[in-house]
Amino acid sequence: MEEVLLARIQFASTTLFHFIFVPLSIGLALIIAIMQTMYVVKKEEIYMKMTKFWSVFFLINFAIGVVTGILQEFQFGMNWSQYSRFVGDVFGAPLAIEALLAFFLESTFIGIWIFGRDKLPKKLHLFSIWMVSIGTILSAFWILAANSFMQNPVGYTLQNGRAEMNDIIALLTNEKLWVAFPHTVFGSFATGAFFIVGVSAWYLLKKRDVDFFKRSMTVAMVVGLLSSFGLAFSGHSQAQYLMHAQPMKMAAAEALWEDSGDPAAWTLFAKIDVENRESHGRIDIPYLLSYLTYNKFSGKVEGMNTLEQKMIEQHGEGNYVPPVKTTFWSFRIMAATGGVLVGISLLGLFLIMRKKIKNSKWFLRILIPVIFFPFIGNSFGWIMSEIGRQPWVVNGLMKTADAVSPNVSAGQILFSLISFSTIYTILGIIMVVLFVKVIQRGPNEKIEEDVSATDPFEMGGVEHAVK
Amino acid sequence: MQLSEIWFLLIAILFVGFIFLEGFDFGVGMSTRLLAKNDLEKRILMNTIGPVWDANEVWLITAGGAMFAAFPHWYATLFSGYYLPFVFLLLALIVRGVAFEFRGKMESVRWKRIWDGAIFIGSALPPFLFGVLFTSLIRGLPIDADMNMHAGFFDIVNVYTVIGGLTFVALSYLHGLLFITMKTVGELRERAHNATRKTYLVTGVLLVLFIGMTAIETEAFTVHRGILLLVYAVGVLLFAALFFFLKKKKEGLSFTMTGLLLSLIMSSFFITLFPNVMISSIDPTYHMSIHEAASGEYSLRVMTIVAGTMIPIVMAYTIWSYYVFRKRLTGEKEHLEY
Repeated sequence: MEEVLLARIQFASTTLFHFIFVPLSIGLALIIAIMQTMYVVKKEEIYMKMTKFWSVFFLINFAIGVVTGILQEFQFGMNWSQYSRFVGDVFGAPLAIEALLAFFLESTFIGIWIFGRDKLPKKLHLFSIWMVSIGTILSAFWILAANSFMQNPVGYTLQNGRAEMNDIIALLTNEKLWVAFPHTVFGSFATGAFFIVGVSAWYLLKKRDVDFFKRSMTVAMVVGLLSSFGLAFSGHSQAQYLMHAQPMKMAAAEALWEDSGDPAAWTLFAKIDVENRESHGRIDIPYLLSYLTYNKFSGKVEGMNTLEQKMIEQHGEGNYVPPVKTTFWSFRIMAATGGVLVGISLLGLFLIMRKKIKNSKWFLRILIPVIFFPFIGNSFGWIMSEIGRQPWVVNGLMKTADAVSPNVSAGQILFSLISFSTIYTILGIIMVVLFVKVIQRGPNEKIEEDVSATDPFEMGGVEHAVK
Repeated sequence: MQLSEIWFLLIAILFVGFIFLEGFDFGVGMSTRLLAKNDLEKRILMNTIGPVWDANEVWLITAGGAMFAAFPHWYATLFSGYYLPFVFLLLALIVRGVAFEFRGKMESVRWKRIWDGAIFIGSALPPFLFGVLFTSLIRGLPIDADMNMHAGFFDIVNVYTVIGGLTFVALSYLHGLLFITMKTVGELRERAHNATRKTYLVTGVLLVLFIGMTAIETEAFTVHRGILLLVYAVGVLLFAALFFFLKKKKEGLSFTMTGLLLSLIMSSFFITLFPNVMISSIDPTYHMSIHEAASGEYSLRVMTIVAGTMIPIVMAYTIWSYYVFRKRLTGEKEHLEY
């Protein structure tokens, strides 16, 4: 069905685009809040300057994150009405709570924070940026609570032809949520951290504002180190969890067609032949898959053929194997970026502590492209998570193909797809241009010179009442 | 009162809150083109809503989320049925949202002109679309036995709904002008006062057309005659009082009047729909009732508890934020962000 394909392309592209900005917002909000806290505690003006400079990126990014987020909420009803009818009772609740608990918090306090700098006492102003940071994190929690239901449906009963909630506690203690939430949030912190690290590295290479950017880098590198370790550990527990909750996803991520031997080896690379259901040229690391699955060096893992047979028995004839190549490679790309971040942040902090960072040109040069690594990791993590669940939209309950709106035509979806892609492309380009401009300008020039207020010609039309 | 009816009321309240608050944001957005004469004035106008417009838009997002959670069928039918209007609404809200942030980031006249255009369209189109959406909703739409809506162009866009859309645009603009009179000084404030007079007349004409056509085009007055007559009578009184307040330059009271008028019109839509959430033009048996559209008892109970706890807190810090930014903008001493 053409509609399903188009609706999926739209969902994938708009979600991936949205998910460029969200992690950066979550990460930058936290680090800016930390910087401002240092300002209030240490009373050194440079920390306020840091807060201001990094907030320029944060605010541009936040604006795009917010507007692309509205589309996400509307899209479920517009393109996926059958899905919305089926899960609204369970899935809608966390979304509504997210708006009440998180969106109001972050949007109100971001207004107070931006415009209240000269109006509020220092501590209250600091309080408002923490509220923004907490708001962004809460938002991640509730959206993942909703997504976790799609991956591992709990706390519901099938009634009136739909899933109805019968246990909110089960929904909020969903094991999937508690492995996905830390993993996503650490990924977001890392995104903000390595952004600041990379941009600071550029300045240090140019020897511009060395003290300013050394301090910025130090704060961000500490956050980067903690979050990349957090990423690794939470990633491991997520993989273990998936092994028993969504074994098909993990079997696909391993390109494992037949059941593994005992102990199971982990595949580093393989050439996947989906048609013949085979993988050739595997480079295996013995014992590792057993260890990843069971935390011990023995135990076998079921392959896709066995798992599909089980699903056919349970759900009837059909193809239950997700796109193997995408799942397999997404998993590897994500894990590789995570590994790089751990190594970079360890080395980086070591160099900072030895006071060698500003002279290690080779390392500073590496840090600039590392900016993109968390983004790549975030995106492929999501691709693996969502593609690996196919053909299900709600695991075991509803197939993606049955979820689309029956009353929306392919032409309509094509129109919206083209409109949104165009506007998103423009937004993406503008963001890059503005970021580059802000970076070139640096922290010492005034953020915005009020030209019109000082230009007598411009002022011509205005007569200010004296009062 | 059943839980599902409480949620119908809550969603109505969220839309009322949205149109009251975002209504003046839209109006101020339109005024950047219609009222401001130079860049500084534009910036002052934008900065009057700067601290609050983002949070005001959350009322809409919350209303959408609440619909999804409390009335999955309503959410599904409405959002898929109004597919193209929602595409345009989203495009408008997207460009408007980033425009405030982007506009001041480059010192180029062309750059600013582009985003000024985005702010104007992004502020005028949404109230128009909401007007069209709600008037066509109470007029009835081709909803079939499977709860799916197959609307043709003229089901959504016709003389009545266009009048509804224009009424919302005019009232929002008036509401925004009055917000400006409360938030600025000097010539800008004076000009806003002057502009309210013309806008008042246009709005009056549109309101008469809107109410008259509602009586002809919808079954609102046959189904809910008593209460709707009362609502519109109050509306007429408010509108008359507004004339008086405008003349006396009572800025706060005038602003309250336009806010209440917007709220009354929004309420009248929900009153007309009750006890349904969607009216089918094919067959009255296909009307979607509150009961049919609603989520299960358990889900509604959980959300009632959350909403009951959270709404007072949200209201408290929202009011506090308006208190923080209660002063007028002069464009001279204070820092202008946008």
